[in-house]
Amino acid sequence: MALAEMPAASEEESGPYVHVGVTVNGTARGATVETRTLLVHFLREELGLTGTHIGCDTTNCGACTVLLDGKAVKSCTVLAVQADGRQVRTVEGLETIGKLHPVQEGFVEEHGLQCGFCTPGMMMCAVAFLQKNPNPTEEQIRRAISGNLCRCTGYVNIVKAIQHAAHKMTATPGGGHA
Amino acid sequence: MIPPRFEYFAPSSVDEAVQLLDRFGGEAKVLAGGQSLLPVMKLRLAEPKALIDINRIPNLAYIREDVRFLKIGATTRTNDLNDSDLIHTRYPILSDAAHEIADPLVRNLGTVGGNVSHGDPANDLPACMLALGAQFVVHGPKGSRIVPAHAFYQDTFVTALESNEILTEIEIPKTRPGQGTAYAKLEKRVGDFPIVGVAANLVLGAKGSVESAGLALTAVGPTALKATEAERYLVGKAPDDAVLEKAAELAEGIAQPVADLRGPAEYKQAMIRVFARRALHRARDRARGGA
Repeated sequence: MALAEMPAASEEESGPYVHVGVTVNGTARGATVETRTLLVHFLREELGLTGTHIGCDTTNCGACTVLLDGKAVKSCTVLAVQADGRQVRTVEGLETIGKLHPVQEGFVEEHGLQCGFCTPGMMMCAVAFLQKNPNPTEEQIRRAISGNLCRCTGYVNIVKAIQHAAHKMTATPGGGHA
Repeated sequence: MIPPRFEYFAPSSVDEAVQLLDRFGGEAKVLAGGQSLLPVMKLRLAEPKALIDINRIPNLAYIREDVRFLKIGATTRTNDLNDSDLIHTRYPILSDAAHEIADPLVRNLGTVGGNVSHGDPANDLPACMLALGAQFVVHGPKGSRIVPAHAFYQDTFVTALESNEILTEIEIPKTRPGQGTAYAKLEKRVGDFPIVGVAANLVLGAKGSVESAGLALTAVGPTALKATEAERYLVGKAPDDAVLEKAAELAEGIAQPVADLRGPAEYKQAMIRVFARRALHRARDRARGGA
């Protein structure tokens, strides 16, 4: 059923409401939502950014990872209203003008995914991590992604993908990407 | 899963937050990092009428030393402990614990104040606070008061906090010369609750014997448990391996683990001894100036 066809909820069945304005991938976006709306639902259902996935919905799997003011967080465990006035970056914001982010490129080159479900969250985690630690060891990469679960790959190629991105970003002046 | 409905407030001062809590008379909850609160709301284990978001209150996130104390503001994130050289060099017990709380993403949001005041016996920082002899600054309608950690934890999810009070600051006695601290934790995998955890704090005197000791246990009782008998036993003794072993045995004696998916009670009981030994050894080595 399309949203517009849904019966109007009665007073007791919805609300309270709050207006949430965020800068998502550099663009100001906003919507009025229930206070209880989670950031992941806000991004997917209000803003149409469905690259951020809902996996376990219990703060375990990290499929919903986005950057909030540059820090990787699990958006199933953040209220949309907590992001009000702040910067959000999602997987849709990685590619710029048709050019893949080095982390995306790494996942392509090193076959860092199979089913792809964990990939957006895994890449957002990697983007934040490499900003903080541009020359990581394998051990540090494994620790950094320890809150993001992949059930297909066994992580080997994900680690390689992040190493690929690290090399690319440190080899290119300015990191090749923001 | 979507949390139940609630009214949302983002006060700009602690006083305003306390007034809101008071107005809702126990029906409101403080939202700090939300990494424990939102999951329990999604599961309908908590259905507060209102959330009081303290994240927009200025000057509640800091790590600094003054003359007597290390002071940590309530909304300091767990990962802020990991990023702090001061914590890393002078309060390694907090580094040990913070590196193993939940997972790296949860640590970006979860707060020190929340970990300390939630009252979950499986949280790691309460045992550290007991071992360090910390105290908490608590704000309520009548102003502020100070509650020592050992008087704070009363039962599972029950603390000395009244429903109209907020924990705003953690005060830890400053590290002294000859002091070594450590936290040792056993978990099945990153992000899971601990099977057991042990916090150790040893201050060695000029001749190398124990001047004061703190030892506390995570996840083996209704609250974090202070191993008072083991602490008393250690004082005045040279901290050789046999003495530390006896202290670990005394700590094991107060553990009250229950069987769950993380293992049978006997296993957890035995692991308390092992992890108490590890934490005490590391604290001693650090006190002597080693890693």
